[in-house]
Amino acid sequence: MSAETALRDFRRRGRVVVVGASLAGLRGAEALRAGGFTGSLTVVGDEAREPYDRPPLSKQVLLGRTAADATTLPRRHGLDVRWRLGVAATGLNLAERRVSLADGDEIEYDRLLIATGARARPWFREAEAALDGVFVLRTADDAAWLNRRLAAGPRRVLVVGAGFTGSEIASACRERGLEVTVVERGPAPLVGALGGVVGAVAARLQRAHGVDLRCGVTVTSLEGDAAGRLRRAHLSDGSTLDAEVAVVGLGAVRNTEWLAGSGLAAGPRGVACDAGCRAFDVHGIVTDDVFVAGDVARSPHPLFGYQFLSLEHWGNAVEQAEIAAHNMISSGLARRPHLWVPAFWSAQFGINIKSIGVPPMGEEIVVTQGALEEDRFVVTYGFQGRVIAAVAFDQARWIDFYRRLIESAAPFPPDFPNVDRRAGGTRPVPADFPDPSLPSHGPTVTLSGYSPSERRLQFTPARA
Amino acid sequence: MRIVVDLNRCEGYAQCAFLAPDVFVMHGQEALMYDPGPGEERSEQVLRAAAACPVQAITVEGEVLSDVR
Repeated sequence: MSAETALRDFRRRGRVVVVGASLAGLRGAEALRAGGFTGSLTVVGDEAREPYDRPPLSKQVLLGRTAADATTLPRRHGLDVRWRLGVAATGLNLAERRVSLADGDEIEYDRLLIATGARARPWFREAEAALDGVFVLRTADDAAWLNRRLAAGPRRVLVVGAGFTGSEIASACRERGLEVTVVERGPAPLVGALGGVVGAVAARLQRAHGVDLRCGVTVTSLEGDAAGRLRRAHLSDGSTLDAEVAVVGLGAVRNTEWLAGSGLAAGPRGVACDAGCRAFDVHGIVTDDVFVAGDVARSPHPLFGYQFLSLEHWGNAVEQAEIAAHNMISSGLARRPHLWVPAFWSAQFGINIKSIGVPPMGEEIVVTQGALEEDRFVVTYGFQGRVIAAVAFDQARWIDFYRRLIESAAPFPPDFPNVDRRAGGTRPVPADFPDPSLPSHGPTVTLSGYSPSERRLQFTPARA
Repeated sequence: MRIVVDLNRCEGYAQCAFLAPDVFVMHGQEALMYDPGPGEERSEQVLRAAAACPVQAITVEGEVLSDVR
Protein backbone atom coordinates (compact mmCIF):
# COMPACT_ATOMS: atom_id res chain seq x y z
CA MET A 1 0.00 0.00 0.00
CA SER A 2 1.47 3.35 -0.99
CA ALA A 3 1.81 6.12 1.56
CA GLU A 4 -0.94 8.10 -0.16
CA THR A 5 -3.33 5.15 -0.09
CA ALA A 6 -2.51 4.53 3.56
CA LEU A 7 -3.22 8.16 4.41
CA ARG A 8 -6.51 8.08 2.53
CA ASP A 9 -7.43 4.93 4.38
CA PHE A 10 -6.47 6.50 7.70
CA ARG A 11 -8.57 9.58 6.99
CA ARG A 12 -11.53 7.38 6.18
CA ARG A 13 -11.43 4.84 8.99
CA GLY A 14 -8.37 5.43 11.13
CA ARG A 15 -8.40 5.83 14.90
CA VAL A 16 -7.44 9.11 16.54
CA VAL A 17 -7.16 9.58 20.27
CA VAL A 18 -6.91 13.07 21.72
CA VAL A 19 -5.67 13.16 25.30
CA GLY A 20 -6.78 16.37 26.95
CA ALA A 21 -10.29 17.82 26.75
CA SER A 22 -9.70 21.51 27.20
CA LEU A 23 -9.32 24.21 24.55
CA ALA A 24 -6.56 22.54 22.50
CA GLY A 25 -8.15 19.08 22.65
CA LEU A 26 -11.53 20.40 21.56
CA ARG A 27 -10.18 22.60 18.78
CA GLY A 28 -7.98 19.74 17.57
CA ALA A 29 -10.95 17.38 17.42
CA GLU A 30 -13.03 19.97 15.57
CA ALA A 31 -10.27 20.66 13.08
CA LEU A 32 -9.85 16.93 12.38
CA ARG A 33 -13.53 16.65 11.50
CA ALA A 34 -13.51 19.90 9.54
CA GLY A 35 -10.50 18.59 7.62
CA GLY A 36 -12.41 15.52 6.52
CA PHE A 37 -11.34 12.88 9.03
CA THR A 38 -14.19 10.39 9.28
CA GLY A 39 -12.60 7.64 11.34
CA SER A 40 -13.07 7.10 15.06
CA LEU A 41 -12.24 10.04 17.29
CA THR A 42 -11.93 9.66 21.05
CA VAL A 43 -11.24 12.57 23.40
CA VAL A 44 -9.99 11.75 26.89
CA GLY A 45 -10.16 14.29 29.72
CA ASP A 46 -9.45 14.00 33.44
CA GLU A 47 -12.12 16.54 34.39
CA ALA A 48 -15.71 15.33 34.26
CA ARG A 49 -16.83 18.52 32.51
CA GLU A 50 -17.22 19.19 28.83
CA PRO A 51 -14.43 21.41 27.46
CA TYR A 52 -14.71 24.87 28.98
CA ASP A 53 -12.97 28.20 28.73
CA ARG A 54 -10.56 29.20 31.48
CA PRO A 55 -9.78 32.91 31.04
CA PRO A 56 -13.16 34.03 32.48
CA LEU A 57 -12.48 32.06 35.68
CA SER A 58 -10.14 34.72 37.06
CA LYS A 59 -12.28 37.60 35.79
CA GLN A 60 -16.07 37.41 35.28
CA VAL A 61 -16.42 34.38 37.53
CA LEU A 62 -14.48 35.88 40.46
CA LEU A 63 -16.55 39.02 40.17
CA GLY A 64 -19.63 36.87 40.65
CA ARG A 65 -21.00 37.87 37.24
CA THR A 66 -20.73 34.46 35.60
CA ALA A 67 -21.23 31.04 37.16
CA ALA A 68 -18.08 28.92 37.19
CA ASP A 69 -19.86 26.12 35.34
CA ALA A 70 -21.15 28.44 32.60
CA THR A 71 -17.99 28.79 30.53
CA THR A 72 -18.49 25.65 28.43
CA LEU A 73 -16.87 26.24 25.06
CA PRO A 74 -19.01 26.46 21.96
CA ARG A 75 -18.53 23.55 19.60
CA ARG A 76 -18.99 22.70 15.99
CA HIS A 77 -22.50 21.61 15.29
CA GLY A 78 -22.83 17.83 15.45
CA LEU A 79 -19.22 17.17 16.44
CA ASP A 80 -18.85 13.39 16.25
CA VAL A 81 -16.59 12.48 19.14
CA ARG A 82 -16.50 9.67 21.67
CA TRP A 83 -15.91 11.51 24.94
CA ARG A 84 -14.09 9.81 27.79
CA LEU A 85 -14.43 12.50 30.44
CA GLY A 86 -13.59 12.22 34.12
CA VAL A 87 -10.84 9.70 33.53
CA ALA A 88 -7.15 10.60 33.27
CA ALA A 89 -4.68 9.02 30.89
CA THR A 90 -2.03 7.27 32.92
CA GLY A 91 0.35 5.82 30.37
CA LEU A 92 1.40 5.62 26.76
CA ASN A 93 2.80 2.63 24.92
CA LEU A 94 4.40 3.94 21.74
CA ALA A 95 5.28 0.54 20.31
CA GLU A 96 1.75 -0.80 20.61
CA ARG A 97 0.08 2.58 20.05
CA ARG A 98 -2.00 2.39 23.17
CA VAL A 99 -3.09 4.89 25.81
CA SER A 100 -3.94 3.51 29.23
CA LEU A 101 -6.55 5.16 31.40
CA ALA A 102 -6.97 5.52 35.17
CA ASP A 103 -9.98 3.20 35.14
CA GLY A 104 -7.92 0.38 33.66
CA ASP A 105 -9.17 0.80 30.13
CA GLU A 106 -6.80 0.96 27.18
CA ILE A 107 -7.45 2.74 23.90
CA GLU A 108 -5.60 1.96 20.71
CA TYR A 109 -4.81 4.67 18.21
CA ASP A 110 -3.31 5.12 14.79
CA ARG A 111 -2.52 8.75 15.55
CA LEU A 112 -2.44 10.49 18.90
CA LEU A 113 -2.81 14.13 19.87
CA ILE A 114 -1.36 15.05 23.25
CA ALA A 115 -3.06 18.12 24.70
CA THR A 116 -2.89 17.51 28.44
CA GLY A 117 -2.04 21.13 29.25
CA ALA A 118 -0.89 22.24 32.64
CA ARG A 119 -2.22 22.45 36.17
CA ALA A 120 -1.81 24.96 38.96
CA ARG A 121 1.40 24.56 40.91
CA PRO A 122 0.22 23.67 44.39
CA TRP A 123 1.48 25.22 47.63
CA PHE A 124 4.69 23.37 48.41
CA ARG A 125 3.66 22.04 51.83
CA GLU A 126 0.84 19.58 51.49
CA ALA A 127 -0.57 19.99 55.00
CA GLU A 128 -0.71 23.76 54.56
CA ALA A 129 -2.19 23.48 51.10
CA ALA A 130 -4.97 21.36 52.60
CA LEU A 131 -6.03 24.08 55.06
CA ASP A 132 -9.56 25.34 54.62
CA GLY A 133 -9.20 28.69 52.87
CA VAL A 134 -6.13 27.87 50.75
CA PHE A 135 -6.89 27.83 47.03
CA VAL A 136 -5.34 27.61 43.61
CA LEU A 137 -7.14 28.78 40.48
CA ARG A 138 -7.05 26.70 37.34
CA THR A 139 -10.24 24.69 37.00
CA ALA A 140 -13.92 25.58 37.06
CA ASP A 141 -14.22 23.84 40.43
CA ASP A 142 -11.36 25.96 41.81
CA ALA A 143 -13.17 29.08 40.61
CA ALA A 144 -16.50 27.98 42.05
CA TRP A 145 -14.99 27.31 45.47
CA LEU A 146 -13.00 30.54 45.49
CA ASN A 147 -15.95 32.62 44.32
CA ARG A 148 -18.14 31.20 47.06
CA ARG A 149 -15.52 32.08 49.63
CA LEU A 150 -15.01 35.59 48.32
CA ALA A 151 -18.78 36.14 48.34
CA ALA A 152 -18.80 35.36 52.05
CA GLY A 153 -16.69 38.49 52.61
CA PRO A 154 -13.41 37.37 54.17
CA ARG A 155 -11.62 40.07 56.16
CA ARG A 156 -8.47 39.72 54.08
CA VAL A 157 -7.38 37.73 51.06
CA LEU A 158 -3.74 36.84 50.56
CA VAL A 159 -2.54 36.33 47.00
CA VAL A 160 0.76 34.48 46.75
CA GLY A 161 2.54 35.46 43.55
CA ALA A 162 1.87 38.47 41.31
CA GLY A 163 1.89 36.84 37.90
CA PHE A 164 -1.11 37.34 35.63
CA THR A 165 -3.43 35.02 37.53
CA GLY A 166 -2.48 36.45 40.92
CA SER A 167 -2.85 40.01 39.67
CA GLU A 168 -6.25 39.30 38.13
CA ILE A 169 -7.42 37.69 41.37
CA ALA A 170 -6.23 40.73 43.35
CA SER A 171 -8.07 42.99 40.92
CA ALA A 172 -11.31 41.02 41.33
CA CYS A 173 -10.96 41.12 45.12
CA ARG A 174 -10.57 44.90 45.14
CA GLU A 175 -13.51 45.28 42.83
CA ARG A 176 -15.55 43.29 45.31
CA GLY A 177 -14.36 45.61 48.05
CA LEU A 178 -12.21 43.00 49.77
CA GLU A 179 -8.93 43.78 51.49
CA VAL A 180 -6.15 42.01 49.65
CA THR A 181 -2.43 41.55 50.21
CA VAL A 182 -0.25 40.41 47.32
CA VAL A 183 3.10 38.87 48.17
CA GLU A 184 5.56 38.63 45.28
CA ARG A 185 9.09 37.28 45.41
CA GLY A 186 10.25 39.44 42.49
CA PRO A 187 10.70 43.22 42.51
CA ALA A 188 7.30 43.91 40.87
CA PRO A 189 4.13 42.23 39.61
CA LEU A 190 4.34 40.66 36.13
CA VAL A 191 8.11 41.20 36.15
CA GLY A 192 8.97 37.77 34.78
CA ALA A 193 6.64 38.17 31.82
CA LEU A 194 6.97 41.87 31.03
CA GLY A 195 10.17 43.08 32.75
CA GLY A 196 10.84 45.64 35.46
CA VAL A 197 9.80 48.81 33.62
CA VAL A 198 6.29 47.60 32.84
CA GLY A 199 6.26 45.75 36.17
CA ALA A 200 6.66 49.11 37.94
CA VAL A 201 3.50 50.35 36.19
CA ALA A 202 1.68 47.21 37.32
CA ALA A 203 2.86 47.83 40.90
CA ARG A 204 1.60 51.40 40.82
CA LEU A 205 -1.76 50.25 39.44
CA GLN A 206 -2.16 47.68 42.19
CA ARG A 207 -1.38 50.18 44.93
CA ALA A 208 -3.61 52.85 43.38
CA HIS A 209 -6.45 50.34 43.60
CA GLY A 210 -5.82 49.69 47.25
CA VAL A 211 -3.84 46.46 47.05
CA ASP A 212 -1.38 45.93 49.88
CA LEU A 213 1.47 44.88 47.56
CA ARG A 214 4.64 43.50 49.08
CA CYS A 215 7.48 42.77 46.67
CA GLY A 216 10.79 41.11 47.35
CA VAL A 217 9.04 39.03 49.99
CA THR A 218 7.93 35.40 50.06
CA VAL A 219 5.38 33.52 52.10
CA THR A 220 7.31 31.02 54.21
CA SER A 221 4.40 29.21 55.81
CA LEU A 222 0.64 29.17 56.19
CA GLU A 223 -0.81 28.64 59.63
CA GLY A 224 -4.18 27.15 60.47
CA ASP A 225 -6.25 26.97 63.64
CA ALA A 226 -7.29 23.83 65.51
CA ALA A 227 -10.19 23.31 63.13
CA GLY A 228 -7.87 23.34 60.10
CA ARG A 229 -8.89 26.79 58.86
CA LEU A 230 -6.32 29.21 57.51
CA ARG A 231 -5.56 31.93 60.04
CA ARG A 232 -2.34 33.66 59.07
CA ALA A 233 0.70 33.62 56.86
CA HIS A 234 4.33 34.01 57.84
CA LEU A 235 6.48 36.08 55.51
CA SER A 236 10.19 36.03 54.80
CA ASP A 237 10.63 39.55 56.22
CA GLY A 238 9.65 38.20 59.63
CA SER A 239 6.15 39.65 59.59
CA THR A 240 2.87 37.78 59.88
CA LEU A 241 -0.38 38.51 58.13
CA ASP A 242 -3.85 37.49 59.22
CA ALA A 243 -5.90 36.18 56.31
CA GLU A 244 -8.89 33.87 55.96
CA VAL A 245 -8.29 33.15 52.32
CA ALA A 246 -5.03 32.55 50.47
CA VAL A 247 -4.81 32.02 46.74
CA VAL A 248 -1.62 30.41 45.52
CA GLY A 249 -0.67 31.82 42.13
CA LEU A 250 2.72 30.27 41.59
CA GLY A 251 2.36 29.36 37.95
CA ALA A 252 1.59 26.10 36.26
CA VAL A 253 3.05 22.61 36.06
CA ARG A 254 2.85 20.77 32.77
CA ASN A 255 0.92 17.53 32.77
CA THR A 256 3.58 15.19 31.45
CA GLU A 257 3.91 12.69 34.31
CA TRP A 258 1.69 10.19 32.50
CA LEU A 259 4.32 10.09 29.73
CA ALA A 260 7.20 9.15 32.02
CA GLY A 261 8.98 6.13 30.61
CA SER A 262 7.00 6.30 27.36
CA GLY A 263 10.09 7.18 25.34
CA LEU A 264 8.77 10.58 24.34
CA ALA A 265 10.83 13.72 25.00
CA ALA A 266 8.55 14.80 27.84
CA GLY A 267 9.61 16.60 30.98
CA PRO A 268 8.82 19.48 33.31
CA ARG A 269 8.91 21.95 30.43
CA GLY A 270 6.51 20.01 28.28
CA VAL A 271 6.58 17.59 25.37
CA ALA A 272 9.03 18.60 22.65
CA CYS A 273 7.66 18.64 19.14
CA ASP A 274 8.78 19.94 15.75
CA ALA A 275 7.29 22.96 14.00
CA GLY A 276 4.69 20.59 12.53
CA CYS A 277 3.58 19.53 16.05
CA ARG A 278 5.07 16.02 15.76
CA ALA A 279 6.45 14.80 19.09
CA PHE A 280 10.14 14.01 19.52
CA ASP A 281 11.26 10.88 21.26
CA VAL A 282 14.01 10.96 23.90
CA HIS A 283 16.66 10.46 21.21
CA GLY A 284 15.57 13.62 19.42
CA ILE A 285 13.99 11.62 16.59
CA VAL A 286 10.66 12.91 15.47
CA THR A 287 7.68 10.55 15.61
CA ASP A 288 5.10 10.51 12.86
CA ASP A 289 2.01 9.37 14.70
CA VAL A 290 2.16 11.39 17.91
CA PHE A 291 1.30 15.09 17.84
CA VAL A 292 1.32 17.75 20.55
CA ALA A 293 -0.59 21.01 21.02
CA GLY A 294 -1.33 23.64 23.63
CA ASP A 295 0.24 24.42 27.00
CA VAL A 296 1.96 21.04 27.19
CA ALA A 297 3.81 21.51 23.89
CA ARG A 298 7.32 22.82 23.50
CA SER A 299 8.21 23.66 19.94
CA PRO A 300 10.90 25.51 17.99
CA HIS A 301 10.03 28.89 16.52
CA PRO A 302 11.86 30.33 13.50
CA LEU A 303 11.28 33.92 14.63
CA PHE A 304 13.16 33.26 17.83
CA GLY A 305 16.24 31.48 16.56
CA TYR A 306 14.47 28.09 16.50
CA GLN A 307 14.60 27.91 20.27
CA PHE A 308 11.94 25.72 21.81
CA LEU A 309 9.12 27.82 23.20
CA SER A 310 6.56 26.76 25.76
CA LEU A 311 3.50 28.97 25.63
CA GLU A 312 0.68 29.04 28.12
CA HIS A 313 -1.54 31.03 25.84
CA TRP A 314 -5.17 30.66 24.82
CA GLY A 315 -4.40 31.61 21.22
CA ASN A 316 -1.53 29.17 20.99
CA ALA A 317 -3.78 26.31 22.08
CA VAL A 318 -6.22 27.15 19.30
CA GLU A 319 -3.66 27.71 16.58
CA GLN A 320 -1.36 24.81 17.42
CA ALA A 321 -4.26 22.35 17.74
CA GLU A 322 -5.50 23.33 14.29
CA ILE A 323 -2.03 22.90 12.79
CA ALA A 324 -1.55 19.57 14.57
CA ALA A 325 -4.92 18.31 13.34
CA HIS A 326 -4.20 19.40 9.80
CA ASN A 327 -0.82 17.67 9.83
CA MET A 328 -2.29 14.51 11.33
CA ILE A 329 -4.43 14.05 8.25
CA SER A 330 -1.96 15.40 5.66
CA SER A 331 1.29 14.15 4.26
CA GLY A 332 4.62 15.61 3.25
CA LEU A 333 4.43 18.93 1.50
CA ALA A 334 0.81 19.52 2.47
CA ARG A 335 1.84 19.87 6.11
CA ARG A 336 2.01 23.29 7.70
CA PRO A 337 4.40 24.78 10.25
CA HIS A 338 3.22 26.37 13.48
CA LEU A 339 4.47 29.93 12.99
CA TRP A 340 2.07 31.73 15.28
CA VAL A 341 3.47 34.83 16.93
CA PRO A 342 2.89 34.47 20.67
CA ALA A 343 0.10 36.74 21.92
CA PHE A 344 -1.93 37.02 25.08
CA TRP A 345 -4.13 39.40 27.03
CA SER A 346 -4.99 40.16 30.60
CA ALA A 347 -7.63 42.43 32.09
CA GLN A 348 -6.83 43.81 35.52
CA PHE A 349 -7.57 46.99 37.46
CA GLY A 350 -9.64 48.22 34.54
CA ILE A 351 -6.73 48.00 32.09
CA ASN A 352 -6.60 45.82 29.00
CA ILE A 353 -3.08 44.42 28.76
CA LYS A 354 -1.96 42.84 25.49
CA SER A 355 1.32 41.27 24.58
CA ILE A 356 2.70 40.18 21.22
CA GLY A 357 6.00 38.41 20.57
CA VAL A 358 8.34 37.24 23.31
CA PRO A 359 8.96 40.07 25.81
CA PRO A 360 11.35 38.05 28.03
CA MET A 361 13.76 37.90 25.09
CA GLY A 362 13.90 41.69 25.10
CA GLU A 363 17.11 43.36 26.17
CA GLU A 364 15.94 46.94 25.85
CA ILE A 365 12.62 48.71 25.56
CA VAL A 366 11.29 51.92 24.12
CA VAL A 367 7.96 53.52 24.93
CA THR A 368 6.70 53.87 21.36
CA GLN A 369 3.25 55.26 22.13
CA GLY A 370 1.61 57.03 25.03
CA ALA A 371 3.33 57.33 28.38
CA LEU A 372 3.91 54.90 31.22
CA GLU A 373 2.54 57.34 33.80
CA GLU A 374 -0.73 57.62 31.90
CA ASP A 375 -1.38 53.85 32.08
CA ARG A 376 -1.99 53.92 28.35
CA PHE A 377 1.00 53.08 26.21
CA VAL A 378 2.83 50.64 23.98
CA VAL A 379 6.28 49.44 24.97
CA THR A 380 8.43 47.85 22.27
CA TYR A 381 11.06 45.27 23.18
CA GLY A 382 14.31 44.94 21.24
CA PHE A 383 16.67 42.00 20.87
CA GLN A 384 19.92 42.23 18.93
CA GLY A 385 18.77 45.27 16.97
CA ARG A 386 15.32 44.05 16.01
CA VAL A 387 11.81 44.27 17.39
CA ILE A 388 11.03 41.09 19.33
CA ALA A 389 7.87 41.99 21.27
CA ALA A 390 5.43 44.72 22.25
CA VAL A 391 3.18 45.20 25.25
CA ALA A 392 0.15 47.48 25.18
CA PHE A 393 -1.86 48.92 28.06
CA ASP A 394 -5.26 50.02 26.71
CA GLN A 395 -3.87 50.24 23.17
CA ALA A 396 -5.12 46.94 21.74
CA ARG A 397 -5.71 48.32 18.26
CA TRP A 398 -1.99 48.68 17.69
CA ILE A 399 -1.03 45.12 18.48
CA ASP A 400 -1.43 43.93 14.89
CA PHE A 401 0.94 46.66 13.70
CA TYR A 402 3.59 45.46 16.15
CA ARG A 403 3.00 41.84 15.14
CA ARG A 404 4.01 42.80 11.61
CA LEU A 405 7.13 44.53 12.92
CA ILE A 406 8.08 41.36 14.79
CA GLU A 407 7.36 39.12 11.81
CA SER A 408 9.48 41.27 9.53
CA ALA A 409 12.33 41.58 12.08
CA ALA A 410 11.97 45.39 11.94
CA PRO A 411 14.93 47.33 13.35
CA PHE A 412 15.12 48.26 17.01
CA PRO A 413 14.99 51.02 18.15
CA PRO A 414 12.04 51.50 15.80
CA ASP A 415 12.63 54.08 13.08
CA PHE A 416 9.04 55.19 12.57
CA PRO A 417 7.84 58.64 13.53
CA ASN A 418 5.16 58.53 16.15
CA VAL A 419 2.11 60.76 16.43
CA ASP A 420 2.14 60.94 20.18
CA ARG A 421 5.84 60.75 20.89
CA ARG A 422 6.52 62.49 24.14
CA ALA A 423 9.31 64.72 25.36
CA GLY A 424 11.21 61.71 26.69
CA GLY A 425 11.90 60.63 23.11
CA THR A 426 12.55 57.07 22.13
CA ARG A 427 15.81 56.34 23.83
CA PRO A 428 15.97 52.65 24.70
CA VAL A 429 16.32 51.66 28.33
CA PRO A 430 17.04 48.21 29.77
CA ALA A 431 13.95 45.98 29.84
CA ASP A 432 15.00 44.95 33.33
CA PHE A 433 14.04 41.30 33.46
CA PRO A 434 15.09 39.35 36.53
CA ASP A 435 17.89 36.81 36.19
CA PRO A 436 16.31 34.07 34.06
CA SER A 437 18.16 31.37 35.97
CA LEU A 438 16.17 32.20 39.10
CA PRO A 439 13.03 30.12 39.40
CA SER A 440 10.01 32.20 38.55
CA HIS A 441 6.31 31.60 38.20
CA GLY A 442 5.97 34.69 36.09
CA PRO A 443 6.64 34.14 32.42
CA THR A 444 3.91 32.61 30.38
CA VAL A 445 6.49 32.21 27.63
CA THR A 446 9.43 29.99 28.42
CA LEU A 447 12.47 29.73 26.18
CA SER A 448 14.03 26.36 26.75
CA GLY A 449 17.02 26.01 24.49
CA TYR A 450 17.64 23.88 21.44
CA SER A 451 17.65 20.32 22.66
CA PRO A 452 14.42 18.42 22.10
CA SER A 453 15.30 15.98 24.85
CA GLU A 454 15.29 17.10 28.46
CA ARG A 455 17.34 14.29 29.85
CA ARG A 456 19.80 16.63 31.47
CA LEU A 457 17.21 18.94 32.93
CA GLN A 458 16.44 18.59 36.58
CA PHE A 459 13.65 20.52 38.17
CA THR A 460 14.58 22.02 41.52
CA PRO A 461 11.68 23.49 43.43
CA ALA A 462 12.32 26.90 44.96
CA ARG A 463 13.18 27.00 48.61
CA ALA A 464 11.03 29.10 50.88
CA MET B 1 -26.34 29.30 24.21
CA ARG B 2 -22.58 29.14 24.34
CA ILE B 3 -20.25 31.86 23.16
CA VAL B 4 -16.56 32.59 23.34
CA VAL B 5 -14.66 35.72 22.38
CA ASP B 6 -11.14 35.54 21.00
CA LEU B 7 -9.72 38.32 23.13
CA ASN B 8 -6.44 38.25 21.22
CA ARG B 9 -8.46 39.43 18.27
CA CYS B 10 -10.75 41.82 20.19
CA GLU B 11 -9.68 45.44 19.84
CA GLY B 12 -12.31 46.95 22.06
CA TYR B 13 -14.59 48.53 19.44
CA ALA B 14 -17.52 47.85 21.80
CA GLN B 15 -20.04 47.19 19.02
CA CYS B 16 -21.14 44.08 20.89
CA ALA B 17 -21.67 46.10 24.07
CA PHE B 18 -24.07 48.40 22.20
CA LEU B 19 -25.95 45.61 20.48
CA ALA B 20 -26.15 43.11 23.33
CA PRO B 21 -25.56 45.10 26.51
CA ASP B 22 -26.84 42.29 28.73
CA VAL B 23 -24.16 39.96 27.44
CA PHE B 24 -21.15 42.13 26.57
CA VAL B 25 -19.88 44.82 28.92
CA MET B 26 -16.81 47.02 28.61
CA HIS B 27 -14.69 46.95 31.70
CA GLY B 28 -12.59 50.10 31.76
CA GLN B 29 -11.63 51.74 28.46
CA GLU B 30 -11.29 48.66 26.28
CA ALA B 31 -11.34 45.39 28.22
CA LEU B 32 -14.37 43.26 27.39
CA MET B 33 -16.22 41.08 29.86
CA TYR B 34 -18.98 38.87 28.57
CA ASP B 35 -21.41 36.23 29.68
CA PRO B 36 -20.21 32.99 28.06
CA GLY B 37 -23.57 31.28 28.56
CA PRO B 38 -26.40 33.74 27.87
CA GLY B 39 -30.00 32.52 27.82
CA GLU B 40 -31.63 31.59 24.52
CA GLU B 41 -33.83 34.71 24.76
CA ARG B 42 -30.70 36.72 24.02
CA SER B 43 -29.76 34.77 20.92
CA GLU B 44 -30.95 37.39 18.45
CA GLN B 45 -28.97 40.12 20.23
CA VAL B 46 -25.90 37.93 20.44
CA LEU B 47 -26.00 36.94 16.77
CA ARG B 48 -26.33 40.59 15.81
CA ALA B 49 -23.38 41.46 18.03
CA ALA B 50 -21.28 38.65 16.58
CA ALA B 51 -22.07 39.78 13.04
CA ALA B 52 -21.25 43.41 13.85
CA CYS B 53 -17.86 42.73 15.44
CA PRO B 54 -15.33 44.53 13.21
CA VAL B 55 -12.64 41.92 13.93
CA GLN B 56 -15.00 38.89 14.00
CA ALA B 57 -13.81 37.82 17.43
CA ILE B 58 -17.10 36.33 18.68
CA THR B 59 -17.83 32.65 18.19
CA VAL B 60 -21.37 31.47 18.76
CA GLU B 61 -22.08 27.76 19.00
CA GLY B 62 -23.16 26.31 15.69
CA GLU B 63 -22.65 29.58 13.87
CA VAL B 64 -19.08 30.56 13.16
CA LEU B 65 -17.17 27.36 13.87
CA SER B 66 -17.36 26.27 10.26
CA ASP B 67 -14.46 28.63 9.57
CA VAL B 68 -11.94 26.28 11.16
CA ARG B 69 -9.15 26.30 8.63
